[in-house]
Amino acid sequence: MTKPRIRWHIGLFLAPAVAVYTAVMIFPLFNTLRLALFSRVDQERVFVGLDNFRTLFLDPLWSDQFWNALGNNFWFFLVHMLVQNPIGIALAAILSHPRLRFAALYRSAIFIPTILSFVIVGFAWKLILSPIWGIAPGMLDAVGLKSLFQPWLGKEEYALTTLALISVWQFVGIPMMLIYAALLSIPEEVIEAGEIDGVTGMAAFWKIKLPLILPSIGIISILTFVGNFNAFDLIYASQGALAGPNFSTDILGTFMYRTFFGFQLQLGDPHMGSAIASAMFAVILLGVCVYLFGIQTRIRRYQL
Amino acid sequence: MNIARHSRLNTLAMHGALIVYTLIALFPVFVILINSFKSRRAIFREPLALPDAESFSMIGYQTVMKQGDFLLYFQNSLIVTVVSLFFVLLFGAMAAFALSEYRFRGNTLMGLYLALGIMIPIRIGTVAILDMMVATGLVNTLWALILVYTAQGLPLAVFILTEFMRQVSDDLKNAGRIDGLSEFTIFFRLVLPLVRPAMATVAVFNMIPIWNDLWFPLILAPAEATKTLTLGSQVFIGQFVTDWNAVLSALSLAILPVLVLYVIFSRQLIRGITSGAVK
Repeated sequence: MTKPRIRWHIGLFLAPAVAVYTAVMIFPLFNTLRLALFSRVDQERVFVGLDNFRTLFLDPLWSDQFWNALGNNFWFFLVHMLVQNPIGIALAAILSHPRLRFAALYRSAIFIPTILSFVIVGFAWKLILSPIWGIAPGMLDAVGLKSLFQPWLGKEEYALTTLALISVWQFVGIPMMLIYAALLSIPEEVIEAGEIDGVTGMAAFWKIKLPLILPSIGIISILTFVGNFNAFDLIYASQGALAGPNFSTDILGTFMYRTFFGFQLQLGDPHMGSAIASAMFAVILLGVCVYLFGIQTRIRRYQL
Repeated sequence: MNIARHSRLNTLAMHGALIVYTLIALFPVFVILINSFKSRRAIFREPLALPDAESFSMIGYQTVMKQGDFLLYFQNSLIVTVVSLFFVLLFGAMAAFALSEYRFRGNTLMGLYLALGIMIPIRIGTVAILDMMVATGLVNTLWALILVYTAQGLPLAVFILTEFMRQVSDDLKNAGRIDGLSEFTIFFRLVLPLVRPAMATVAVFNMIPIWNDLWFPLILAPAEATKTLTLGSQVFIGQFVTDWNAVLSALSLAILPVLVLYVIFSRQLIRGITSGAVK
């Protein structure tokens, strides 16, 4: 019996990754949750328990903004689920057709918006939709629909939906690629077996392929959820930190930025900022749990 | 006969749908690029026309070059992206090797711990990250960004690379051990070259979010000397809102490097996604 020697090289292999990850990601995450329990009174940091959350959820000065941001965030997510993912799935279904020519070309072109930064996307669409420049009204005029034109980003009732659609335009490439990959991995025999039984074309998609790619649709949904609930850049780049007009495009990310950093007349408050971050954390955690325990375990997986 | 015509109609419809969507995807980029080369009058009179001899103008680019330090911003972005990717790949591969190669107590737990960060965005911890960077004096240095992006990239890198390293043959590594190679030599000389395709996938996945990020440069490094290209163009455009030539040129300058990178790496990126690396 030899005593097992200490394999110190394992520790050495793990150390850098664990150190950086713990110090810059996990520790600040929990520290932020902790800071949410404090407040600044007369230059002193005081422990106030859950007071910040009481203010955030119940004090009308804060709660109106918070519920507004949360509601907007849900609408933002809903638009993505209802527009981005169906379009992505449809594009992938067409692209995965076996005898389609130029598929690689279409795929690369449609993915281009996804690689652009929010700053570019936000400003580019702002210019295009601008009533001053007149590209959008001009194009609507060309098809005889000029009366439909509105300054979409400037009107309270349209601005948030418009931004959500811009974000959809940008990110359609991701569901498209993931679903495309899932569709390609379906073995030919399964489709052929369906054809022999007379299931072809659209029916083959709905009855055979769609059930097989449900797990991928689940992954896309949770990725969309997490991405949307920590979104910030697009709104900030196109509407500024005040998320105008009249806070109609305010989501949790912009609300947290304003609170934490301060903006114009409002002073920055790291503790309220932490409270909002904690709320975001709770929402995201809830979504991930619903996915892991409620959806992922229920989706029937087929052995291919 | 009937079936043949039906399938041709089908193909036509498929191409039609794809062409329409491709146009929608590319139209804004196209409009920005062509108008950045036109004079102010031409931008407003005929926004959809290509620049010709009469309307061609580089005035916007001249303003951008004079007013904004885009070369510096570009350099900052490049440094941050390349150094972060280097650390993500090196540290990620090392941790993945430890997790896939050795059986030790807490292996699964360590894997789960490192995977937590795949689903939880690092932005949630921003308040405390800023506190920490202020305390260590790293605010307004590129190191602050590099550290954050390294931490942000590690979870997915470890996850993907662990999967790939499990497929490296044991015989090869054991042959190395019999020849007296140290564990480190085995890792750097034998295993790393074999997982190079997976490393490229990880690099491409991380590259775009790091290059495009606005949040952390805005909060951790907003000083003029450390602005990244994304933040630099955001601030520049904010100041020059009414100078359409300058805005369009700045946008084009921000689009170009990403487009070039995409043309170089798109095959790798698409192969990475479609090989199921993100399952």
